[in-house]
Formats: sequence, C-alpha cells, structure tokens
Amino acid sequence: MKIVMAIIKPFKLEEVRDALTAIGVHGLTVTEVKGYGRQKGHTEIYRGAEYAVSFLPKIKIEVAVATDQVDKTIEAITSAAKTGQIGDGKIFVINLDHAVRIRTGEADAAAL
Amino acid sequence: MTFKRPTRAGWAALAIAALCIAGFVDSAFAEDAAPAAAPVPNKGDVAWMLTSSALVLMMSIPGLALFYGGLVRTKNMASVLTQVFAIVSMIGVTWTIYGYSLAFGDGGSMTPWIGGFSKAFLHGVDANSTAATFSNGVVIPELAYFVFQMTFAMITPALIVGAFAERIKFSAVMLFILLWSTLIYYPIAHWVWYVAAPDDVAAAAKALAAATDAAAKTAAQAKLDEVTSSVGWLAGAGALDFAGGTVVHINAGIAGLVGALIIGKRTGYGKDLMAPHSLTMTMIGAALLWVGWFGFNAGSNLEANGTTALAFVNTMVATAGAALSWLLTEWIVKGKPSLLGICSGAVAGLVAVTPASGYAGPIGALVLGLIVSPICLFFVSTVKNALGYDDALDVFGVHCVGGIVGALGTGILVNPALGGVGITDYANITGNNAGTYDLVTQMIAQGKAVLATLLWSGIGSAILYKVVDLIVGLRPTIEQEREGLDISEHGERAYNM
Repeated sequence: MKIVMAIIKPFKLEEVRDALTAIGVHGLTVTEVKGYGRQKGHTEIYRGAEYAVSFLPKIKIEVAVATDQVDKTIEAITSAAKTGQIGDGKIFVINLDHAVRIRTGEADAAAL
Repeated sequence: MTFKRPTRAGWAALAIAALCIAGFVDSAFAEDAAPAAAPVPNKGDVAWMLTSSALVLMMSIPGLALFYGGLVRTKNMASVLTQVFAIVSMIGVTWTIYGYSLAFGDGGSMTPWIGGFSKAFLHGVDANSTAATFSNGVVIPELAYFVFQMTFAMITPALIVGAFAERIKFSAVMLFILLWSTLIYYPIAHWVWYVAAPDDVAAAAKALAAATDAAAKTAAQAKLDEVTSSVGWLAGAGALDFAGGTVVHINAGIAGLVGALIIGKRTGYGKDLMAPHSLTMTMIGAALLWVGWFGFNAGSNLEANGTTALAFVNTMVATAGAALSWLLTEWIVKGKPSLLGICSGAVAGLVAVTPASGYAGPIGALVLGLIVSPICLFFVSTVKNALGYDDALDVFGVHCVGGIVGALGTGILVNPALGGVGITDYANITGNNAGTYDLVTQMIAQGKAVLATLLWSGIGSAILYKVVDLIVGLRPTIEQEREGLDISEHGERAYNM
C-alpha cells in the first residue's frame, strides 16, 4: 500500500476529486496548506508597509491506495491538476505499512 | 448660568445688528434694554443634537473600533475592541463627574486656561438649563450640549490607541487615558471652545459699533473687554476650529506619535508579516465613521439650520474627494488601487474637513479633501519608513497630519472670496472684526492653535507615558506580546473557529 500525497492548486480540488472517483478511489483527506516551490510569491502593500508574501495557499490531498493502483492514481491527479503553469504542485508517494478501518476493525487492503 | 461655544451664524447676526443699529436702537438703549424673556429651545434643534450625539457615539463604537480592529492581527483583535469600548465607557463616567466642568465650566481667574469644578457632578445642570448656540438668542438644552460634547471626549482618546496597538498593557491604556483626558483633552477643549456668554459678546460688540462719541466708545470697549475675558485663550485669539481639528485630531495624533516613540516598535516590526487581519472590518468601520461624522461636524453647529446643511455637505464632498484622491494617488504611485487606501483617504478627508466644515464653502471643502490624501499618504509611507517609528495604525500620519492640513486650510478657505463664510462675530471674539478677513492674521491664529496643541499634547503626553510606565508599566512581556494581547491581557479570543 502507498500514500499518494499531492500538493495542488486550490481551485483544482474538485476536478482532482472527480478524476479519483472515476478510477475507483473512494476516500480522500484534504488539508489547506501554504508553501512555495518554483512559483514566486507576491507583494502586499498596506499603506506604507510592503510585505513579500512567499508562502502561497495550496491544497494538500492524501489518498491511501493499493500498490497496483498508484500509477493510475498519479495519472488521474496529474491530468486533472495540470494547468501547465508554474505552481501546479507536486506528488509524493510514501510507503504505507498498515491500515485499519475503525468501525469494523478490517485491516490493510480491506480497510482502504 | 450657561456657557457656550462661540457661535457661527455671524452673517445673520450681523444683519440683525445692522438693522437694529440703523433702525431704532442707540447705544444707551442697548445698554439699558430690559432683559428679554429667556429663549426656549427649539424642538427641531433638540432632536438634531440628540441624534448627532448618538451618531458620534457610533463613530467610536463600533466605527473606530472596527476600523482599527480590522488593521491588527487576529491575535490582538479583541484587545483593540476592548480598549476602545472601555475608553468610551470610562470617559462617560469622568466627563459626567468632572470633565464637563473642567472643559466648559467657569474657571474664575483661570478661565482662559481651564474651567473649574463649579459644574462637577453636573451641579446646577438640569432639564431646564440651556446652552447658547452660534445664533444669538437660540439655545439648546444644556444636557444635550453636555452629552454631545461627551461623545467628542470619548472618541478623541480612543483615536490614540491605534498608535501603540498590539503592544501595550490594558492597565497602561486605561491609566494613561484617564490622565490624558483630564490633563490634556479637557484643557485644550476649554482653550478652543469655551465662551462664557456669546450673546453678551455680540451685544457688547453691537454697542461698540453703535457708539457715537468717545466716552460711549470707551464705555462700550470696556464692556466688550470684560465679556471677552471669559473665553478660552485660543477662542479669544481668533483660531477657527469648527468641529475639532486641533482639539480632537491634532491632539490625539501627536499623543499617538509620542506614544509610539516611547513605547517602541512592535516585536518583529519590519520582519514579521503584520498585515491587517480583516479589511472587511476596516471598511465597515470606515463607513460607520463617515456616517457618524455627520453628527460630529454638522452637529457641531449646535442647531439645525443652513450652516448645519453646509457642514453636512462639506463633510460629504471633502470625504468623497479625499477617498478618491488617495485611491488614485496610490494607483499611480504604487501600481494598484486598494481598499485600505480608499478607506484611509475617506478618514483623512473627514479629519481635514472637521475644522473647516462650517467655515469653508463646498468647493473649498472639495479641494481640501483632494489635497489632504496625498499629503497623508506621503507621511504614512515615505516619512514613517524613513524615520522608522512604529505608529501601528497611522494615528499621526492620518489624524495629526490631516488635522494640521485641515486647521491651516480652514484659515484659507474661510475667505469669502474662496466661497467661505468669512469671519463672524463669534469667530473672532476679541478682535471684534466680524465681516473682515485677513489671510495673514487668520493664519497666525490658526498656526498658534496648531502649535499650542502640538506642544501641550506632545510634551504632556510624554510625561504621562513615563508616569504610567513607572506605575503599571507600559509594555507586556515579549512572550505575552507574541502570544497576542487577546489571550495574555483579556483571557479570550476575538475568533474561535
């Protein structure tokens, strides 16, 4: 099992969710985050105070999938979240040792 | 007995005076005339003054509180709201107990400088007492005058808290404001606005004008000198301040700057992101200030007549002009038109038109509004950054600088040639030169009022900050400041979400 973690543009969240649903991924954790990569921040001016804001708002999604689903998942996120502009985000894949469904006690693949 | 502010309806008074003199009144008759029946307040005037008082209260809470609150960080929102609310409440108490008496009471031999305690605890002020207005023979209930002036005493110290926002102990704010209102505000309000008996001044001036021979002239002059000795010294100097450019804005603005310098910068100033947490709140606050300011400026005419409408219109057009000119200046200079910019411009325009509102004509007020914003913008960005002081919410840059532009602008725009109302009998009491206007004379009087306010409030405030620092300490610890004053000073958060 793997966790696929993706940092995406906030307005792409609904498209990514639809794409994942279409390939049979039912379950997703979403967090509002801030960060920076190659996309530069911006300047905010409040009267005489100028602030260089280098951390931009992004959405982090985490989805746990069976190992054989990873490529399809990455493909779905990539195609849905891509605009071709700097700042589209990144995808990280992390090993997942164990999973449990709290309600039933089912474990691992059955819990996903 | 009542006391009053210098009145404004000079042309009308002049016309009446001229009619009286030309018609059937000689100087002897004027001196010996039997006292007329005591004037009765007009119901419309009473309703307008009480409405205006409520409008000015709305300027402080929620107007100013939200305007300032939106500009601080989330962790200090409740502290700013609490400070403004608490100052308003505290002044409501102290004004009733002794403040009104110090500002608008008879100070005996000290009258040019300070009122006494003759009206402490509202002694002798009841529902039948009256206060004079700017029209001779027109009065309003003294209680209406009392509560209207109270709302001014409330908002002025509340303006100061923006300068040292986000880094001061609540106990220090309360103690400082208690001392400041007593030793700085009440005296300055007295200097500028106290005229014991404007109707007597007008009558004496009329008698002097009508005097035909040397002996009568001497007697009339003596009488005039006697009644004009019972005025605040800046009122006597001929300084024009319709609704509080010096008393309110320069006064609070310089006290704020001194506070920002003595208390020091916010921890992390220039390094941390200190962006406003809610420009939405700031916009609501600025809009409430604008609406409330009609009570502040038009209400300062003390009755409901044509001059009230003039002050109302001036408040409208100067503010619109200033809001627009700040927005455009920022757009040109910094590249983007901002919400905070247009809100700041509106407040700068309101500040600048305050002393001029009943004296300038609408076009003069519009020009004043268009001019004030670029000047204030220059101070809150270029000057502030160059000198490096942390006037957190720009109390100095908007209120003091805007107030000075307004005070000096009033001296120019009152000129009838520029559409102003000219010098009236109560506007230049001791000079007795109603109907005349001299730019140099007037600018000297305006400059005197500005300088006196800057010095008294600047130096006095510096001493009071030091005293407060010795007694309760001005600043919270750095840890408390980092945590935010909402939690460390008040044990609550403005937002739980």
